[in-house]
Amino acid sequence: MVKLFEPVPDEQTILYVKNLKTWFPLRRGIMDVIKRIPPRYVHAVDGVSFKIQDGDTFGLAGESGCGKTTTGKTVLRLVDPTSGVIGYHPRKRLLDEWAENGYEPPVIDDYGNIDLAKIPPRHLKPLRKEMQMIFQDPYGSLNPRLTIYKILEEPLVIHKIGSTKEERYDIVAKALEAVKLTPPEEFMNRYPHMLSGGQRQRVVIARALILQPKFIVADEPVSMLDVSIRAEILELMMELKNRMGLTYLFITHDLALARYITNKIAIMYLGKIVELGPTRRVLENPQHPYTKALIAAIPDPDPRNRHILRELPIKGEVPSAINIPPGCRFRPRCVVYDNTPKIQKYCEAIEPPLIEVEKDHYVSCWMHGEPEEIIKLLKK
Amino acid sequence: METLLEVKDLKTYFYTTKGVVKAVDGVSFSLGKGEVMGLAGESGCGKSTTAYSLIRLVPPPGKIVGGKIIFEGKNILELSDEDFRKKYRWKKISMIFQGAMNALNPVYTIGDQLAEVFMLHEGLTKTEAMSKVYELLEMVGIDPKRARSYPHELSGGMKQRVMIAMALALNPPLVIADEPTTALDVVVQAQIMNLLKKLQREKNVSIILITHDLSLIAEIADKVAIMYAGKVVEYGTAEQIYLNPQHPYTQALLRSIPRLRGEISKLEWIPGTPPDLIAPPPGCRFAPRCKFRMDICTKEEPPTIEVEPGHIVSCWLHAKK
Repeated sequence: MVKLFEPVPDEQTILYVKNLKTWFPLRRGIMDVIKRIPPRYVHAVDGVSFKIQDGDTFGLAGESGCGKTTTGKTVLRLVDPTSGVIGYHPRKRLLDEWAENGYEPPVIDDYGNIDLAKIPPRHLKPLRKEMQMIFQDPYGSLNPRLTIYKILEEPLVIHKIGSTKEERYDIVAKALEAVKLTPPEEFMNRYPHMLSGGQRQRVVIARALILQPKFIVADEPVSMLDVSIRAEILELMMELKNRMGLTYLFITHDLALARYITNKIAIMYLGKIVELGPTRRVLENPQHPYTKALIAAIPDPDPRNRHILRELPIKGEVPSAINIPPGCRFRPRCVVYDNTPKIQKYCEAIEPPLIEVEKDHYVSCWMHGEPEEIIKLLKK
Repeated sequence: METLLEVKDLKTYFYTTKGVVKAVDGVSFSLGKGEVMGLAGESGCGKSTTAYSLIRLVPPPGKIVGGKIIFEGKNILELSDEDFRKKYRWKKISMIFQGAMNALNPVYTIGDQLAEVFMLHEGLTKTEAMSKVYELLEMVGIDPKRARSYPHELSGGMKQRVMIAMALALNPPLVIADEPTTALDVVVQAQIMNLLKKLQREKNVSIILITHDLSLIAEIADKVAIMYAGKVVEYGTAEQIYLNPQHPYTQALLRSIPRLRGEISKLEWIPGTPPDLIAPPPGCRFAPRCKFRMDICTKEEPPTIEVEPGHIVSCWLHAKK
């Protein structure tokens, strides 16, 4: 019996996403309008489903342009979804604040999850205290004209936390201590350019955590840092996660890094998840041809590698996200497709769903399961 | 093996308004014909400045202030700018620049840009040059018809291939590759490394690969030099550096790399930040971050010690023995 992936929430679910799509319209010229050429879209996120449990570090991995950052931003509603469900389990304080403002959020299941995709923009502000983002580039995400104190105080002022200046000062000092920028007084009056890359990224982390959120989207938080200090920042993030009971959606292009810190992982290709499961199982026993190619391409510090050429089981280049190939979107680059005539008609016609290959490990490829049976399930 | 390049005590300083930045401060190494060397280190350690010194393109206010660069038996620092440009740069020593995305001229087709190399250096006509361009493109795995494309019409990987074609156009004995794959995805990175490996073998060209990524260096380099704060702290064959690292910095760097295969051991990091190169700390420059620091480390600069044939370490830990 084949099993297809379905993000079914339970008591432990903090966030689940169902068939999420984020399309960006392309600019149309006047001639396009006159000629009635239909609007075209960049399908940045094109039908993504996953589920994150409380306390997870959920990795979202893939090459640049695969839609992983857009997925992260859409989940936080920093970008509006085109369609789909973003189920989120709110804390009481968020519901209270909305109730105060006279807003009743759309509850979508028995566990009290609400659909973030349906919240109107004017009621999004309280949500920022629940969900925050750690940005990739610590050189670009801090305002160079504000001191570290001002940078950290700003969210407190916006969300009216700490009624007096002294109170806010204490909160900022504690936040700096939490990210090990001590003594805090020494850092408060500095400007970002006076800090090293690692210290800046600590400030970015402190800013994300100062409102005491419970869900964090970390978008490649260490990729701009030197290798020698990455581990330090990652360990800090994991320590804060344990201390504050956080859940991370960890976006990365580095599978080796994901192996060290995530417990579940989703591999994205061209706007869709192609493989999903517990990190160890996915990386040790990859099933999707794309995941296999990605893993084969990663260099490791072994000098014997110089005597051989790396075998890369993948062809061509990533197509544009405007004209997505029909059927399986990986097909034009797939070597398995070339070598397996019996599945070719399915690959060409129908997008494969996420099919279970072992417990909790799903792969979107027609090589797994009986295609006719799966198609029947899809029609249901 | 015949020696192609010998760098002796190279010093390149930047004369800024805030003081003299000693970006490269006494770097020595040698490279045989057809050999590949990896030059690794954190950002700001002087590895790119070393590369720019070799091709004599150090941007102002930087200046090569000391040392020798002996290439094919001749100290190229003694040549006049004009002589170096005509006889050495690109003919003998070429470079694959960092960030291929921006290194190409956006308003010329890649064919025109590649043809320029032949027209300027070999005095060929445009038609003659173009036939060479087609061969070059074929060699790096690009359809020769793409010669009429502009850089923006190519993907990042293809632009990098064009940069490689340009560097190899005149068959130089030495190519310097400065972070040739940063900003590229892993699959494209692996393709580019395969291409470099293949061309290196076919043409027996020497390569100096500059990157912060020790995994990438292991893909191609026969020799490795590890730089820290303007100095080479450890130097040896790839096997010596990866399997038997002796400098605490090299050891820590290798233990900070997450690995995709094998056991998951705890990742290490190096506390602190690299020193300010205007006023580097006295003694060993790594001492403030080193967990094996001794008294002498903060007072006197460590000597360079050959711990085994061809394996050189600059550290007091080994001086005692």
